[in-house]
Amino acid sequence: MSTFNPRKALLGLAAPLLALLVAFLVTSAILLALGDPVVEVWQTILSWPRPRQLVQIVNGATVYYLSAVAVAVGFRMNLFNIGVDGQYRVAAFAGALFAGQAWFPGPLNVLLTLVVAMVAGGIWAGIAAYLKVKRGISEVISTIMLNAIATGVVQWLLLKVAVKQPGSNTISTPPIPESSQLDGLALIPGASNKVYTLIILAVVVGVAYWFFIGKTRFGFDLRATGQSETAAVASGVKVPRMVVSTLVISGALAGLIGMPLLFGQDHSYGTTFQAGLGFAGIGIALLGRNHPLGIAVAALLWSFLDVQSNALQIRAGVASEVVFIIQGVILFAVVIAYELIRRADVRLEQQRVARELAGTRSDAPSVEGASA
Amino acid sequence: MRHATKVAAVVAAAALGLAACGSSTPETPAASSAAGGTSAATGKKIVVGVAYGVGGRGDQSFNASAAAGLDKAKADLGIEYKEATQVNGESEAATEERLQQFVDAGATHVIGVGFAYAKAIGAVAKANPDVKFAIIDDASADSAGPNVAQLTFAEEQGSFLVGAAAALKSKTNQVGFVGGVATDLIKKFEAGYIAGAKAANPSVTVKSQYLSQPPDFSGFNDPAKGKTAAEGLYQGGADVVYHAAGGSGSGVFTAAKAAGALAIGVDSDQALTATPDVRDVILTSMIKKVDVAVYDFLKSGSEGKDITGNKVYDLKAGGVDYATTGGKVDDIKTKLDDYKAKIISGEITVPTAP
Repeated sequence: MSTFNPRKALLGLAAPLLALLVAFLVTSAILLALGDPVVEVWQTILSWPRPRQLVQIVNGATVYYLSAVAVAVGFRMNLFNIGVDGQYRVAAFAGALFAGQAWFPGPLNVLLTLVVAMVAGGIWAGIAAYLKVKRGISEVISTIMLNAIATGVVQWLLLKVAVKQPGSNTISTPPIPESSQLDGLALIPGASNKVYTLIILAVVVGVAYWFFIGKTRFGFDLRATGQSETAAVASGVKVPRMVVSTLVISGALAGLIGMPLLFGQDHSYGTTFQAGLGFAGIGIALLGRNHPLGIAVAALLWSFLDVQSNALQIRAGVASEVVFIIQGVILFAVVIAYELIRRADVRLEQQRVARELAGTRSDAPSVEGASA
Repeated sequence: MRHATKVAAVVAAAALGLAACGSSTPETPAASSAAGGTSAATGKKIVVGVAYGVGGRGDQSFNASAAAGLDKAKADLGIEYKEATQVNGESEAATEERLQQFVDAGATHVIGVGFAYAKAIGAVAKANPDVKFAIIDDASADSAGPNVAQLTFAEEQGSFLVGAAAALKSKTNQVGFVGGVATDLIKKFEAGYIAGAKAANPSVTVKSQYLSQPPDFSGFNDPAKGKTAAEGLYQGGADVVYHAAGGSGSGVFTAAKAAGALAIGVDSDQALTATPDVRDVILTSMIKKVDVAVYDFLKSGSEGKDITGNKVYDLKAGGVDYATTGGKVDDIKTKLDDYKAKIISGEITVPTAP
């Protein structure tokens, strides 16, 4: 874990690069088959973004990053929290509602809202945790169901609390007070828009994830349970307790997903709040191999593709859904590539061990002679 | 872990796949119209960027109607245009970016088709005071501005007429309604429809079904969901179903065909725009003349008299109507026209919420 292995690092990089190449080829083939302008599509997607779009890429990646880390926490323990999507929507709604009441002044309101959102996301994930531990229901099934329930519950509650402007067809929670709206950070020169202030939150979550999973007893237990539950039980890990805490932590992190959007952009939770972030997080966590930095790179790539897709329709005359194909192929390719690389790694390892064994066997009788 | 990775990949890929299905844009030429040329009539060069809602130009319904107005403006006024379609569930930033890109590409006029563009139009209009904007279906402060035309419709009035037609044609005394997404706008259709049905036949039962709940807007572009919902209504005893579900409506028509029953189209005259094999089940359509609004906006623009502020297209202004294509409502036309006159004169006030 701690020692740097150049072969491993190279192989680790090879997989995502291979996946990108495959995605490039497959997408080009599809575009060719459909008679779409291949060159123009890639020119549009691969053109260097304007400053304004760079900000959008960073902002989009911030939200994706939080989502992917929430998913990754579960993955490390072999738990599939498919419910991140529902958890973030419940939490974003609860947070927006709380922040909209303006019970506390400016920044304090923001901090407490983060807590409220984490609690809401954690409770929603806790339902799945309870069902798994007490009733043996697979978290995959229960979280998918809870996603559907979240949609209904949030819609129902939204209708109860929504403020409606005259002449508008959208509904939303009361807007958060101006003192709590975060203006953003002017990180990218020349851009008319700003990076979400809560990018700080993503950084904090990333560091905390790295620390707790990699450096603490809890993280060790979590990874051990993920790799072999029986071995973990034998070494004294209380698995049910681990399941509950991991799912609840995953849900609490999911609760943060909507926060940069809430404070930096939408200022309320309503019918036009970004959807589907939880599912995107699954793919990004996979692509980033659950690694805090890997996820960051994957989130940036995803967001880059999203932002670049917007110009496809306008400049290349191709539906922006082409980007969904690219993203989907990258996902499939990367999983296949990781598996191929893993096999190659095993083979190389076997060869190395075999070589060493062969060496020691022939060397054994006359050690000094061999070195001469 | 390896097994885990595979399962997760499948789930993630499936989610992507679904997202793609949910908002796939039929392949229509989105590129700018044929090379420039000078504009007709007064000579003011108009380059328009049209941002469609989920479903896009090919939804045979709401967006298609806007596209029809655009095509007419191109033919009559010689405008140039660029088009793009909204992706389901995208962020507000992505919505704004689309509009801004039209401006970057040289658009003088930008149209947001659908209320989902309200906030974005407001923001981008503010940032680009020299460009004229129009929003369909929103009259809120979000989108308002000195360079914004808010084009809205009295959908409840048109829905009242087709509701009356449904009740008059129903033999089972039960009619249905399929709404795309449970928003206040679609509830306006439902309210008018119910009021019209009850006005024509006080004992009629009206059953309603919605396909998705916001912020999930897939209900406007999911024919499979539309079909399932309509099948349920037909099996429950309804023999006429009105849909206000955009692109999902084609599923409603398929279900009507299978059930040997009738359906009512929306936004466009769907007996002309739906796929030919289901046109015979379409009793009538509630026409929402988005095309007229789009054309008006562009025509005024080409004459240098840009429309700004809220403009309501109601029955009186000819902004909504019922369709007579197919001749299925010819026998009740006098009754429907009677209701129409009463609504225009103010004798009947149609509710806007169910």
